[in-house]
Amino acid sequence: MQVVDTPLHRRLGLTDGELARICDDLGREPNGFELAVYSLLWSEHCGYKHSALLLRRLPTTGPRVLQGPGENAGVIDVGDGLAVAFKVESHNHPSAVEPFQGAATGVGGILRDIFAMGARPIATLDSLRFGDLASPRARRLFDGAVRGIGHYGNCVGVANIGGEVVFEPGYEQNCLVNAMAIGVLDASSLQSASAAGVGNLVVLYGARTGRDGIGGASVLASQDIDQGDGSKRPSVQIGDPFTEKKLIECSLELVARGLLVSLQDLGAAGLASATSEMASKGAVALELALDRVPLRETDMEPFEIMVSESQERMAAVVTPEQLAAVEETCARWEVPATVIGRIVSGDRLVCTYHDAVVGDIPVASLVDNCPRYPLTPVRPERLATEPVDPAAYPAPADHGATLLQLLAAPNVASKEWVWRQYDTYVGSGSVVRPGSDAGVLRLTPSDRAIAASLDGNGRRTWLDPLRGAASAVLEAARNVACAGAEPAAVTNCLNFGNPERGETPYMLVEAIEGMAQACEALAIPVVSGNVSLYNEHGGGPIPPTPVIGCVGVLESASHAVRATFRQPGDVVLILADDVIAAIDGSEYQRTVHGRTEGRPPAPGLSQAARLCRALADGARRGLIASAHDAADGGVAVAIAEATFDGLGVEATIADAAGRADISLFGEGAGAVVVSCSPEHVDALRALADGLALAEVGRVTDGGRIVIRCGATTIDVAVADARFAHARTIPDAMAAL
Amino acid sequence: MRVGVVTFPGTCDDRDARRAVELCGGVAVTLWHGSNDLDDVDGVFLPGGFSYGDHLRCGALARFSPVMGAISAFAAAGGPVLGVCNGFQVLCEAGLLPGVLRANHHGRFNCLEADLVVERASAWTGAFSAGDTIRVPLKHGEGAWYASDDDLRELEAAGQVLLRYADDVNGATGRVAGVCNAEGNVFGLMPHPEHAVEALIGSTDGRAIVSGVLSGG
Repeated sequence: MQVVDTPLHRRLGLTDGELARICDDLGREPNGFELAVYSLLWSEHCGYKHSALLLRRLPTTGPRVLQGPGENAGVIDVGDGLAVAFKVESHNHPSAVEPFQGAATGVGGILRDIFAMGARPIATLDSLRFGDLASPRARRLFDGAVRGIGHYGNCVGVANIGGEVVFEPGYEQNCLVNAMAIGVLDASSLQSASAAGVGNLVVLYGARTGRDGIGGASVLASQDIDQGDGSKRPSVQIGDPFTEKKLIECSLELVARGLLVSLQDLGAAGLASATSEMASKGAVALELALDRVPLRETDMEPFEIMVSESQERMAAVVTPEQLAAVEETCARWEVPATVIGRIVSGDRLVCTYHDAVVGDIPVASLVDNCPRYPLTPVRPERLATEPVDPAAYPAPADHGATLLQLLAAPNVASKEWVWRQYDTYVGSGSVVRPGSDAGVLRLTPSDRAIAASLDGNGRRTWLDPLRGAASAVLEAARNVACAGAEPAAVTNCLNFGNPERGETPYMLVEAIEGMAQACEALAIPVVSGNVSLYNEHGGGPIPPTPVIGCVGVLESASHAVRATFRQPGDVVLILADDVIAAIDGSEYQRTVHGRTEGRPPAPGLSQAARLCRALADGARRGLIASAHDAADGGVAVAIAEATFDGLGVEATIADAAGRADISLFGEGAGAVVVSCSPEHVDALRALADGLALAEVGRVTDGGRIVIRCGATTIDVAVADARFAHARTIPDAMAAL
Repeated sequence: MRVGVVTFPGTCDDRDARRAVELCGGVAVTLWHGSNDLDDVDGVFLPGGFSYGDHLRCGALARFSPVMGAISAFAAAGGPVLGVCNGFQVLCEAGLLPGVLRANHHGRFNCLEADLVVERASAWTGAFSAGDTIRVPLKHGEGAWYASDDDLRELEAAGQVLLRYADDVNGATGRVAGVCNAEGNVFGLMPHPEHAVEALIGSTDGRAIVSGVLSGG
């Protein structure tokens, strides 16, 4: 219960110090409208209060970068005059309250970031994390999120090309729903959100404004979710993909006809954030007449109009000369468009309501003067400095049974149940659809293609944030390289707990350092991203979970490589760095031994770029028949998964860890299971200069998976392995 | 041959349909939902998507659109009309094809590469013969075609069932995937032949169906 005499600024989440800063900037006390706007723009979600200083550590430049962080999405040059815009964003808190709408509007929001750049959205990927699959709450959230993502993405006609789903008790109360979108545009027609030109008009177009999502950014994204708090339900926004579809087509037509000075989507904090960002980027002043905003409800307060998070709205700056053409295009797409303001000289955001000034705020104060707090990281004592002693882990009696157990583990098992609910074909570019290491999308009508992967590893990051975050970057890049692409850039979503207490400051600082080191090792920049803090509940923070979306480039879509073996008689090889796989933080440690402990190995930063280059070069030269990264479940699971198009395998793995189970199922090494035709082995060996390339066996048509390691032999039927892998998720969800 | 590809505000597969028409040797012409001018096309392709949002029932509003008035007249005059997914739903709602489309029996949107059995040779299935299995992607939440048992028997006897699902993917009556009208010039199906015109994307079996609208149905 609120104490009635708590000052307004504190009820809105602002500290006394922040209020003093606002009073300084304004030269007076703010009114309620201004306080509401400040509270949202100075929230973690919009203002990056606790993360902005840290994010400076990430490399953001490179020869391909056309737009780095700071705009609606990052943009890279992919050649042939084409560019792709991409970004990942979280919708964790809304999804934990109402998974269908939370996930759906997460997709809608990230798509608007893409077409605000003038890019046509062509792909989405989703990274989802829930509690244990045995938990009814986790299954309900999982089902709702998948339905919501499908509902929205299918209706707007954007193909899903991949993602990940993880089940871990630490996400039971606070699920993670991260959505990534990719769009394509002519490299020359990049759109900006920067407002310009005194006298130009601000046009709001799209859906009408209602009360949905009022305060969503501060209430839902910057406070812990208390158990059973039903009062936050009305704050979740409701999406309408049909309106979004019209908005996409209408916006792209406006951009193609050259009718816009700038374009910005309305997301968190609605008009308040969108207009102040536009003004700030263009260093101009804006006047907004809030009574002109078309409303769904008649009795909305000015501040509600200003911060409403109603979905499917865009703001554009338009010259008076082009207004008629803009209105005509919007009318053709049946999208309401209204002039709500104009650019004026000065440096303020002035809002009026029926000619009365309701708010008058210096733009720089709102956007640039948001307080930035340094964190005080303290290394948690629980973190191990050494790996576990494998002697404490009994070796399995039957390694074949262990392989099947791992294949059936929810985190390893097939996610086909998920992506069968998504349109993976629309756009006619899906060369490699979900289920492989990375999705590959041809940039139709060009022959060029991109590969994309979205990966995180909360378990490993919880054990060692620097190593865990670095390995997530390397894994995303390796996945893209396995598909035949040269990793080009990444986007990241940092899902962490409360930065003001406990372990989170240390986890955040170290994880960002790990990401930076991995990006530097690969020579790829971070071009966009999102920070989601305060992912906490009664039991403490979620496992720290940086999620990395990597985009790579293929000169020709025909170079794309799949994860599964193609031809009996092909040679099976393992291309690897010099890291030795370990049990620490592995799926094997969790599923078979019921523990998560120790310290994962330091990832192979020095060889990471070389490993990716060998894979991409091998694909371009047509040397590689299949490539599959060894991730959860280690190299044995990767070899088994490579048989799932129906071929068998016989392989002998070196016992590098000195324990067959750890060599087979351990994780942390950069290891890729490659197959190629026998005549290509020598050429591949030349490409693998400086890396380990071991010829381990042959692809067979015998229908069995035979893997030897030391004195141990796994011999299971492909059909049994596929069955174990296929059934877990659909069986669990049938009992929803 | 000029083939008109219809765009409603919620159409998703119009660009793919135009590309497929061009790959199959036709000239694709964009037709706008709000116009009743078919631009003298030789055939019409109604692609997939969500026409006017389909909040009510798939295709229930689209049947009243200006373009559908023109297409009804075009079909009555014997012009070839192909409806895919939402296009099929619209044609059924408009009474140009028999049956209705209902929600999948398993209650979920379903996207997969489906095996379809060719029921009889026709202009809509190119060189394929009765009993051949072709592979075409499908993606829909409301794709279970329904007709009464009597109606289905009549349609089968008249040779109007052209494609069936090899497996029961959505609960469709008689596993029907695609039906044509009595005259044979209007054909609708839930699977997406426009996504099956290039080996790189998975299958080229859809070319036969797309070519049907080029060859006059």
